[in-house]
Amino acid sequence: MGTRLDVPTAGRAPGVAAPVIHLLEGPLSAAITRDEVAHLARLARLAVTDAELDVFAGQLDVILGSVARVGEVAADDIPPTSHAVPLENVYRPDELRPGLSQEQALSGAPASEDGRFRVPQILGEEA
Amino acid sequence: MTASLVDFDDVVERYDPMLGLEVHVELNTNTKMFCGCPTGFGAEPNTQVCPTCLGLPGSLPVVNRAAVESAMRIGLALNCSIAPWGRFARKNYFYPDMPKNFQTSQYDEPIAVDGWLDVTLDDGEIFRVEIERAHMEEDTGKSLHVGGATGRIHGAEYSLLDYNRAGVPLIEIVTKMIPGTRERAPEVARAYVTALRDLIKSLGVSDVRMDQGSMRCDVNLSLSPRGSGILGTRSETKNVNSLRSVERAVRYEMCRHAAVLDAGEKIVQETRHFQEDTATTRSGRVKETSEDYRYFPEPDLVPIAPSAEWVEELRGTLPELPWARRARLQAEWGLSDEELRDLVNAGALDLIEATVAAGAPAGEARSWWVAYLAQQANAREVTLDALPITPAQVARVIALVAGGELNNKLARQVVDGVLAGEGEPDAVVEARGLKVVSDDGALIAAVDEALAAQPDVAQKIRDGKVAAAGAIVGAVMKATKGQADAKRVRELIIERCG
Repeated sequence: MGTRLDVPTAGRAPGVAAPVIHLLEGPLSAAITRDEVAHLARLARLAVTDAELDVFAGQLDVILGSVARVGEVAADDIPPTSHAVPLENVYRPDELRPGLSQEQALSGAPASEDGRFRVPQILGEEA
Repeated sequence: MTASLVDFDDVVERYDPMLGLEVHVELNTNTKMFCGCPTGFGAEPNTQVCPTCLGLPGSLPVVNRAAVESAMRIGLALNCSIAPWGRFARKNYFYPDMPKNFQTSQYDEPIAVDGWLDVTLDDGEIFRVEIERAHMEEDTGKSLHVGGATGRIHGAEYSLLDYNRAGVPLIEIVTKMIPGTRERAPEVARAYVTALRDLIKSLGVSDVRMDQGSMRCDVNLSLSPRGSGILGTRSETKNVNSLRSVERAVRYEMCRHAAVLDAGEKIVQETRHFQEDTATTRSGRVKETSEDYRYFPEPDLVPIAPSAEWVEELRGTLPELPWARRARLQAEWGLSDEELRDLVNAGALDLIEATVAAGAPAGEARSWWVAYLAQQANAREVTLDALPITPAQVARVIALVAGGELNNKLARQVVDGVLAGEGEPDAVVEARGLKVVSDDGALIAAVDEALAAQPDVAQKIRDGKVAAAGAIVGAVMKATKGQADAKRVRELIIERCG
C-alpha cells in the first residue's frame, strides 16, 4: 500500500468514514505524479505552473521517501504515532475566559464591514 | 435536468428507498469546544472570539471537558459503545467559515459507535433505527453574502463573516443506512429526528431548536429498484430545518430520484439544499470526483481516553429517557396508546405532568390541557406551552372547582382571565367576582322565582317528574349569571317542591 493523498469519499454509505491518510504507515514505492500535485495544488488554492508541477512532484517524492524511512526502523510492535508526548485526557473546565473585543478581533483583517470580516467573492462553492 | 417528478405511490411501487440521516446538535455548554469563549446565540458579531477560535498563529486548543461528557451521555442514551481511545482530526478545506482553514472533528475514531434508537411511528409501530456513530466537532462561523439578489452565495459580490459560532461544540449523529422503510420513509425520517430531539432535550445537553439552528438535519437518500438489491447513488440534502421539512425533503427526493432513474439518467452524487418555501431541493455543490479533506490526526490535541469508571459515572447521570417516561405516565394515568400519542403530539405531556405535580388529579389536568386550553392555543395560533398560563395556575383552577368554589363554566372564565394577564386564578376570581353562589338564602329566592315563573314545570316536579327540574336549574343559572352551584340548586328545587 502506497501513500495516498486523495481520499475519495464519493459513493460511501452515509457515515462510513473513508480511510485516514497515514503518511507514516507502509512502504512508499509509488512516485507522486504530476496529476496528484496538480490536485493538491487545487485543494490548497495554489496556482502552480506546468514547470512547477514537475519540480514539486520530484521534491514531494523526496520528502515522502525520507519520511517513509521511519517505516524501515519501526518494528511491527510500534504503532503509528500522532503525538510526540504520551499524554491523554487533557481537558479544561467549562468556564468562560476573556476573549477579544470586536475591534481587536478585526484589527488584523485586511477588510471588515459591520463588525464582520469581509472576504472576496466565494466562487463555485457552498458550504 | 429532469423536469417532472414521479408520483409518490408510483415510486414506492417500483423502488425501495434507502435512507440515512445526519443530525448536528449544538451543545449548550458555557464555552466553546476548544477555547473559553461564550456560546450564546444572538450576540454582536465577532464579540465571542479569541485567538484560538480565530485560528491566530501561536494559539492552542484545549478540549472542553463538559462537551466530552455531553457527547458521551448522548452516545450512552443512544445505546452506543463509548470508544476507549480516540483522537481529533483536522478536516482541511478552504472556505472562510473556518478561519483556520480546517475544522477540528473526530473522523475515524468517533467517541460513540454502534447504537440504536427506537422511534414511534404515527400508528404506534416501533421502528428501530441503527446508529452508526456520534462524534464531536466544532461549528463553523456564519457567512453573510452581500450583493446577490437573494442573499445567496450565487451572484454575491463579497461575503461577511461572524465567528461567534465558530468553535461551538457540535455533536454529529449519523444513522446507518435505514432499509425497509418503503412508503414510510418520510414518516420514519421525521419520527427519528423527533425522537432524537426529545432524547437530547431530556439529557439537557442542547436546546435542540431547529428554528435557531441548534439542531440541523441532513437527509441522505438513494433509490434501489424494487427487489434488485442494487444500491443507488445517493444525494445529500442539507438545510432541512424543521421536522416537517425532514418529511418533505425525503418525499421530494424520492420522487425526484425516480424521475431521473425512469428517464434512464444517472443520479448525480451531490449536495442539495432544501427550499422551505417550495418544499423542493436545489442542486448545491457537485462532488465531481471526490471530496478531499486530507484528514490527519490533530497534533495540538491529545487523545481522549475515557476510563470505564468515567463512562459508568456518566451512565449513572442519564435521566429517565423519554420513552421510559411515556410508558410510566401511560400506566400511571391509565391511557390507551392512542390517548398517549395524542398528548405527545399535542406537546401536552410535560404540561400535564407538571400540573399533576402541582396537585391536580391526572384526569382533570389532561382534560384541561387537551380540551379548553388546546382550543385557546389554536385560536391564538401558538403551541400549548406558549400559552401564558402555568401548570401551577391550571392546578389551582382545578382545585377551586374540586372545592366547590368554581363550577366548570366559571373556571373557564378564570382561565380566560389568567390568559388575559389578569394575574393568579384567585386574583381573577376576586376581581371578576366569579365565586359560585352557594348561599342558600340567595339561591332559594332565585329558585322560588323560577318555580313561580314556570308553574306547569313546578307541577310536574311535584308530580314526581324530577327530570323536569332541569328547566328550573337552567332558569336559576341564567338568573345568577352562571354563578350558582348547580348541584345545590337542584337539591333546593326538590326540597321546595317536596
